[in-house]
Amino acid sequence: MRDVYVLGVGMIKFGRYPERDVAELAAEAAMLALKDADLTIDDVQLLASGNLFQAHAMVGQRILQQIGQTGIPVINVANACATGSTAFREAYLAVASGEYDIALAVGSEQMGKAGLLGAGERRESVEGILGSGLMPAVFGQAGVEHMRKYGTKIEHFAKISVKNHKHSVKNPLSQYQVEVTLEDVLKARMVAYPNTLYMCCPTGDGAAAAVVVSEEVKKKSNRKAVKVACSVLTSDPWTERDLTLPDVNTLTRNAAQKAYEKAGVGPKDLDLIELHDCFATAELLHYENLGLCPEGEAARAVDEGWFEWGGRQPVNVSGGLLSKGHPLGATGVANIYEIVTHLRGEAGERQVEGAKVGLAHVIGLGSACTIHIFTV
Amino acid sequence: MTNETAERSQPRQRPIVPFLRLGEGGEKPYLVARKCKNCGALYWGNRVACARCRQQSGFEEVRVSDRGTLWTYSIVHQSMPGIPVPYVAAIVDLPEGISVRCTLVDVEPDPAKLPFGMPVEMVTRKVREDKDGNEVIAFFFRPAATS
Ligand SMILES: [Zn+2]
Repeated sequence: MRDVYVLGVGMIKFGRYPERDVAELAAEAAMLALKDADLTIDDVQLLASGNLFQAHAMVGQRILQQIGQTGIPVINVANACATGSTAFREAYLAVASGEYDIALAVGSEQMGKAGLLGAGERRESVEGILGSGLMPAVFGQAGVEHMRKYGTKIEHFAKISVKNHKHSVKNPLSQYQVEVTLEDVLKARMVAYPNTLYMCCPTGDGAAAAVVVSEEVKKKSNRKAVKVACSVLTSDPWTERDLTLPDVNTLTRNAAQKAYEKAGVGPKDLDLIELHDCFATAELLHYENLGLCPEGEAARAVDEGWFEWGGRQPVNVSGGLLSKGHPLGATGVANIYEIVTHLRGEAGERQVEGAKVGLAHVIGLGSACTIHIFTV
Repeated sequence: MTNETAERSQPRQRPIVPFLRLGEGGEKPYLVARKCKNCGALYWGNRVACARCRQQSGFEEVRVSDRGTLWTYSIVHQSMPGIPVPYVAAIVDLPEGISVRCTLVDVEPDPAKLPFGMPVEMVTRKVREDKDGNEVIAFFFRPAATS
């Protein structure tokens, strides 16, 4: 496998676009990424498109119908919330394998207001009777499990929501840019204990794209390239309760171990992290899963502000899924957009100064986990 | 046709999931798991080979306990239309080494009333009638009566 670089990224503001076609949103992000890379669609040799709700509807080809039907191979990817990042990985592999020199990854989604509450679930007949298969409840249970093991309090989860909302104020592409106080978060409507409304990601529409290239192409370009130091994808191994409570921890730990090994960096080397905070409870679990703090000490790390912008290792400076939004198929590429933008020093007001190494993590329940580490 | 009508006038009971057995002749309802003959891993339902040990050694059906302990939970306040809230969505550990996803009943939906490790016991209730007029029976767990 040869080295692969990100040469361009693009993203539209996450929000609601009921009057637009999802392929149009995706095409807009694709054009932004191509322009950023100083390339055109005629240069692109392969397209990987991630979209979940329209997984059967050939979104990738529809993107080309919007921006140029060049006849290149198109891969349509669906992998729960890891859909976008899996599409990115397909583009990465296409170039790493030596088969292609320039590939485009696009993640897109149009969720309307259906959202995570019903997403992917056909449990009308047993929901509420045999417990819950709804995302807020599943991630609620995972958070309560951490409370049980380590005495973590609801306030710790709530503080993560405060942090990510605060971060989002400086991200013009975030769906929401509103600060909330700890009191606001705790007093908000309970969705599924311990996650209140502000501790759950919103639903919305969005698209993001990235252009990946070989070293040869990178050398000919004037654009600042960011190296893909590793691309890892895992599924959930057999664990004790995975049968009834999807285990979001073990597959992230497995992915992290592989990612650090392949990239030749450790968690302490990371200057910023975008991780999958679909719920505030999830973010806290992933601090430990990614090795950002010692086992059982995530709550203390939150209290000490380790992961705030300006802290020792900023997490989700984009605003995270909690505030930036979580249009499922777009999310994995949007995380990569954020990391690449910082490593290029182009993140404006929210720039993490001197960032050289960044990690993007995504989890799709069912389960799939991707980790990409980027370096400059 | 008359036979069918007669059958409909006497509602039959049907378990909501195949791994719930309603019991016969006054026997209490119970849950059945599928046990890997090689490593003993338990599943709710069939597997082609064992997801844990990867062996295709076959599975046997085992009856599991109707008592367990509360591992973790969430209290759902916002659900899909038509589903009454709040409800306690729990993961209960059974002594055989398998956990079960269930709703806790006969307990306040309040974290203070839901201590970890709380002993719980299974109960069954009719939850609805299906389109053929059968009573659909589901299982729930509730705080165990102290013995
Ligand atoms: Zn086995």
